[in-house]
Amino acid sequence: MKFFEQLGRYFIFITQVFRKPEKSAVWFRQFVRELQTLGVNSVGIVILVSIFIGAAITIQTAYNMDNPLYPRYLVSLTTRDTLLLEFSSTIIALILAGKVGSNIASEIGTMRITEQIDALEIMGVNSASFIVSPKVFALVIFMPVLVIISIFVGIIGGWVSAILSGVVTTKDFVYGIQLEFKPFYIPYSLIKSVVYAYIIVTVSAFHGYYAKGGALDVGKSSTKAVVHSSILVLLFDLLLTQLILS
Amino acid sequence: MISVKNVSKSFENKAVLNNVSADFEPAKVNMIIGKSGSGKTVLLKSLVGLHEIDSGAILFSGIDFCSLKVKEKAKIRREVGMLFQGGALFDSATILENILYPLDLFTNKTYREKYQRVKFCLDRVNLQGVEKLYPAELSGGMQKRAAIARAIALNPKYLFCDEPNSGLDPQTAIVIDKLIQEITYEFNITTVVNTHDMNSVLESSDNINFIHQGKSWWYGHKEELLNTDNEELKQFLFSSEVMRRIKR
Ligand SMILES: Nc1ncnc2c1ncn2[C@@H]1O[C@H](COP(=O)(O)OP(=O)(O)OP(=O)(O)O)[C@@H](O)[C@H]1O
Ligand SMILES: [Mg+2]
Repeated sequence: MKFFEQLGRYFIFITQVFRKPEKSAVWFRQFVRELQTLGVNSVGIVILVSIFIGAAITIQTAYNMDNPLYPRYLVSLTTRDTLLLEFSSTIIALILAGKVGSNIASEIGTMRITEQIDALEIMGVNSASFIVSPKVFALVIFMPVLVIISIFVGIIGGWVSAILSGVVTTKDFVYGIQLEFKPFYIPYSLIKSVVYAYIIVTVSAFHGYYAKGGALDVGKSSTKAVVHSSILVLLFDLLLTQLILS
Repeated sequence: MISVKNVSKSFENKAVLNNVSADFEPAKVNMIIGKSGSGKTVLLKSLVGLHEIDSGAILFSGIDFCSLKVKEKAKIRREVGMLFQGGALFDSATILENILYPLDLFTNKTYREKYQRVKFCLDRVNLQGVEKLYPAELSGGMQKRAAIARAIALNPKYLFCDEPNSGLDPQTAIVIDKLIQEITYEFNITTVVNTHDMNSVLESSDNINFIHQGKSWWYGHKEELLNTDNEELKQFLFSSEVMRRIKR
């Protein structure tokens, strides 16, 4: 019962978020600011995580294919496809659900309990659209950039680890990367990432926007934001994979 | 003129306001007094629809606010300046940006004109050299004053203040009370102030509404206040030794 009530409130919230903004110049300024905080400021963690993921996949695959019958270039081919199909979109989304999601929920939750949202409403501003829609557009637009960065950096991480551990030669690695490349994997990955970005921002903003009580409750709502958006990311991973790939 | 007519409001079957009626006059400091938890904040927020009331009516110059559409409500809200209990400055923005917000959103002035307006409002509340600072870098009293500056940026017809001087030292509290009083008279604002600070009631109130257990209990002026024979009001007023001495 409670679940459906929440769901209903979420959809009402969404209709408020996508109302026309009061003034486009002010909206655009917020949007640019959010591109910076949500997008650009996440590049570092995406690079860091992707290097390690790329390296780990390469080394694991190499050890799993420790049979001389398998050509070594399969290792980099597997790394590439794993990154493209799953890791660079889904794992990055999970990381961002933690970083960006908790950031959004606690920011908006604090605005709620310190009456900043009321202050906006008093000015005659639609607070949901004013605060949330620049965030949605910023992350939805920037997320594909993060995914592309992640794919490149992940492959470089794999290559470096291959060389350092000596499991694959550079020649084999490069050959495998180019072999049987299916260009369709890239839009597939980007489409998933856009959906994830939308989920992360709207779900986290929803939890922050309806926070009530004190600082402790803001903490709780930001935990909920991370948990719920992570679960939804995984659920939609399954749905979209079924939908697009099969 | 704002008229509150028989307003009731409850939260999850906990009645907070019970048939409250009051008139708030223009160019007057209309005070709402009452114990902590008596429903002052809820009443103030109900005036502008931050809480939806269960029954009754709220009239802004004769217009029933609750029956208005979202767009028309927003129009009235733009004539309202509100000072919240905690200031409610946007903490990710500087003081300058805070006061620019309403101007950016609802005027077509050039940046220069807007900046001058900000300067004017800040001067009006005696704040200088703080434009570039963030709210967290100001003291509580300075934050309150900056919040007043933001509330008056658009020349409001109505000014609502929720405990404008709670948490301030007596001297600063008086400065803020005086300030609210001055701008009320200067710009013909219909000002509504929530407080349980007897000092500011006696200093700067024109009309007084005493709310008790969510009901309108007493209405009058400060001269009548001290000689009231209303039991609950007496209890509220003379809970402190100092006030009892003032009476004698
Ligand atoms: N959003 C809400 N949900 C449920 N109950 C609420 C809500 N807001 C206020 N209340 C309840 O309404 C009552 C009146 O609260 P209100 O904040 O109006 O008191 P107040 O007179 O402003 O007190 P104070 O002087 O301490 O600020 C309180 O008992 C409070 O618990
Ligand atoms: Mg209050």
